Amino acid sequence: MTRAILALIARDLRLAGRVGGSGALSLVFFLMIVALVPFALGPDLNLLSRIGPAILWLAAVLSTLIGLDRLFQADEEDGSLELMSAAPVPLEGVVLAKVTAHWLTTGLPLALASPLFGLLVALDGTAMGATALTLLAGTPALSFIGAVGAALTASIRRGGLILAVLVLPLMIPSLIFGVSAAQAATGGTVPFLVPLAVLTALTLIAAVVGRISAAAALRWPE
Amino acid sequence: MRLSVDNLACRRSGRRIFSGLAFALGPGDALAVTGRNGAGKSSLLAILSGRLRPDAGRIDVDEVGEASLPECLHAVGHRDGLKSSLTAGENLLFAQKLLGAPRLSPRDALEQLSLGHAHDLPVGYLSAGQRRRVALARLLVCERPLWLLDEPTAALDTASQTLLAGLMAAHRAGGGLVIAATHQALGLDGAAELRIEASAAPEPEPMEDWA
Repeated sequence: MTRAILALIARDLRLAGRVGGSGALSLVFFLMIVALVPFALGPDLNLLSRIGPAILWLAAVLSTLIGLDRLFQADEEDGSLELMSAAPVPLEGVVLAKVTAHWLTTGLPLALASPLFGLLVALDGTAMGATALTLLAGTPALSFIGAVGAALTASIRRGGLILAVLVLPLMIPSLIFGVSAAQAATGGTVPFLVPLAVLTALTLIAAVVGRISAAAALRWPE
Repeated sequence: MRLSVDNLACRRSGRRIFSGLAFALGPGDALAVTGRNGAGKSSLLAILSGRLRPDAGRIDVDEVGEASLPECLHAVGHRDGLKSSLTAGENLLFAQKLLGAPRLSPRDALEQLSLGHAHDLPVGYLSAGQRRRVALARLLVCERPLWLLDEPTAALDTASQTLLAGLMAAHRAGGGLVIAATHQALGLDGAAELRIEASAAPEPEPMEDWA
């Protein structure tokens, strides 16, 4: 079972790097959004550093959507999903493997690159570290929540917009606690660990609920 | 393994497709499923592979230990389950690791289907018939007792059809089972035939009143 899940993760990572895969696209998209904000707001460094964590988090939420619509749809269309349902792994395991591969190509690079992108919005060292940490803890939840939407829209052509409308509201709690944790690190009355603990709890809940719901949506498409 | 199906019925989108299907297969048996287009041949295979829930009836599997039916079968259908950007070898290696119970190496399996030269070619470069043969090579990289084939000869040339007939014969000689939905003779000697008939008069369905 572990071997099958590892094979799936390895295949998805390989596909992401090939022609037509989303590869580094979400990272570039992340950079685009973060780079646009200073142009829109003007060179007010105090304002930028105050809303910097919020911008990074918003950008992370939006760039998670890149490639999400094809997460299960590509496999549904070419019959790979049938192959996976014949594997000695429950569909929950398949979902876990695909979400892990998605996170490794979107959430993890975003979290690792966020200190660099923090420079664009005038974050200081503490805020950069805190934002990177909250992204690391929070982005898996975004991938798991997105997987539910991806599973529901797997058999719909051009389901990408429906997917965004479905999953963005569900990502709000992670967004709230991610930003408040990052801001708590640089001041304020709440200690940093409280919102971070809630954020991590949200990720764990999403890992369980998202996996079960996505597998249920894939199992009986009719 | 033994497979027995009793009184199976299928309903899709509220319409009864077929009902009362029954057959039993033992080691080495083959079943050719025939019927007009839309009779439900693919639906029957989808039910067997666990992708569709039957409306009624039961499916029993024996002599396979604790494995469930989807874990005992290979399904090759219209959608070939191959990734265009991966090479034929990578696709087969992935299937082998995913499904377990390895038998032939991807290169040997492709050689068996006289497609050895395609091992390092991305599947996207192959023709429809060659893709189908790569999908059929999946039957050989993993050991599974039941083969579910949906129109396996579609897009295959005569030489490849003979090859496929030989592979199915070898599989049955080793105690395997073959269920094939088809319109053509497949060279399945001594295969039982299950003809899914069109239901003469569709049962009257209570229409839901949306007004």
